[in-house]
Amino acid sequence: MAREIHGMVEKRGAGLWLTHVFMILGVLVIFFPIWLAFVASTVTQPEIVKPPMPLWPGDQLWENYSKALFSGVNVPVTTMLINSLIMAIGIAVGKIIISLLSAFAIVYFRFPGRNIFFWMIFLTLMLPVEVRIVPTYEVVAGFGMLNSYGGLIFPLIASATATFLFRQFFLTIPDELAEAARVDGAGAMRFFWDVVVPMSRTNVAALFVILFIYGWNQYLWPLLITTDPEMNTIVMGIKQMFPSGDDVADWPVIMATSILAMIPPVIVVVSMQRLFIRGLVDSEK
Amino acid sequence: MEKRVIFRGWWLPALLIAPQVFISAVFFFYPAGQAVWQSLFIPDPFGLSSQYVGLANFEFLLSDKFYRASFVTTAVFSILVTLCSMIPALFLAVMADRLIKGSGVYRTLLIWPYAVAPAIAGVLWLFMFNTRVGVVSWYLGQLGYDWNHVLNGGEAMGLVVVASAWGRISYNFLFFFAALQAVPRSVIEAAAIDGARFWRRFWTIVLPLLSPTTFFLLVVNIVYSFFETFGVIHTITSGGPQQSTTVLVYKVFSDGFVGQDLGSSSAQSVILLFVVGLLTIVQFKFVEKRVHY
Repeated sequence: MAREIHGMVEKRGAGLWLTHVFMILGVLVIFFPIWLAFVASTVTQPEIVKPPMPLWPGDQLWENYSKALFSGVNVPVTTMLINSLIMAIGIAVGKIIISLLSAFAIVYFRFPGRNIFFWMIFLTLMLPVEVRIVPTYEVVAGFGMLNSYGGLIFPLIASATATFLFRQFFLTIPDELAEAARVDGAGAMRFFWDVVVPMSRTNVAALFVILFIYGWNQYLWPLLITTDPEMNTIVMGIKQMFPSGDDVADWPVIMATSILAMIPPVIVVVSMQRLFIRGLVDSEK
Repeated sequence: MEKRVIFRGWWLPALLIAPQVFISAVFFFYPAGQAVWQSLFIPDPFGLSSQYVGLANFEFLLSDKFYRASFVTTAVFSILVTLCSMIPALFLAVMADRLIKGSGVYRTLLIWPYAVAPAIAGVLWLFMFNTRVGVVSWYLGQLGYDWNHVLNGGEAMGLVVVASAWGRISYNFLFFFAALQAVPRSVIEAAAIDGARFWRRFWTIVLPLLSPTTFFLLVVNIVYSFFETFGVIHTITSGGPQQSTTVLVYKVFSDGFVGQDLGSSSAQSVILLFVVGLLTIVQFKFVEKRVHY
């Protein structure tokens, strides 16, 4: 009986195959732009500018990628990759550290101004950097932080999303643990290092994945504050590789750069899929 | 919710929150305050002094036909992006949910585009539809359709919508799939015994049970299309042709940095601030309280 009902709900036979066909079609359609970029990064410029371009990879992979990595258009892509890496890791690590500390303070202490601080956090959740770009730009320029890693990183860790998440998590840590620590004569920081931080490991890792991608994929902010090509990040640098005016873009190199720009975040997402999904659900809900 | 057990002292917590307070004060509250402040002034053409004008910037904006057009563009764009990313995602999630084996493999494959930055997605789609070298535009040409998003506003809008929605399909798929997996099997099986076929079960049972996720995704996707699609629009159309893809966030950028009109740009920031506030309230009202039917 149970088996029959099962058969009515989960499809078998023709229905099952049809479902697979739909899924495969969906995956193919979604993958097509990436595939095309990959193909374009393995053929020569003449093959692309005389449409239609081939749909199967050519033999120029090494030439195009080494050209992109070591000479690029304005600046070698290697430089942009390093900049992106520093920015993404800086944002992820910086935000995690400051928010672990402040979430610990608001959960485990009662201090004057605690409520104001909590409302401050709430406010910052609402305003993406896109909305306050002009004045933020002026602040960063005033500090002389244009074309610097500090300028790339600090304005993007100013929102308190992570603090809010850690606060929610710390509230679920059983009171007995803090009680025990206090009875044993351990101070607050001892408790923080020996209990709170180890318990937050999974949350920290999940948040790291989300923040790394957030930082890596930034576009508008690096576009504004890195006027020196040496400081360009890869995601914003690609647009700078298009020639102004009517010149033909160096498509193979641009597409090789696009592929290089997606490799690190794709590796992070696919290899840490479980953590990533958990991080997504936690940070949005 | 409060902790029963707390530690004593006030200088230690003050020290702990200091970095966060400092960074948000300098890079968040001060600039946000500046945006509000500057929106009340008009700087002279040389940027040497500025004159207090009250709400004139806002009055000017709201009567400016380009700004009002930008509001409409943003609304059309957000609705289209939300629909184009949620419907395919729901369809794929429903399909994946019917599979007993292999859904994990599809999930891994479908997750990819989420990791691709909006600006890169813009470059990929621009490449496919490029008027000179694009594969898709070339085949469209063979079919007798002359694709030119550089001149045709409607086509430009279509292209930025698809490019923006593409990466979001992965995101929405993950949430729909997780929600579908959480639908109790017993309910579905009971309906199946009563003779309800797949699509009937979907419309009458599954979809209503998905409503909290759907509402949540609606809000999140609208917020996404408002604020995170700048990269797509900047790489593909730069707001053109004739401002047909200039959404509000793009206009803050182009008036503030390209046009150097700080007063107007700040006033636009303030208006956006209200829009975000409104969306946040909607999100809390509908999503946090979990709509269930």
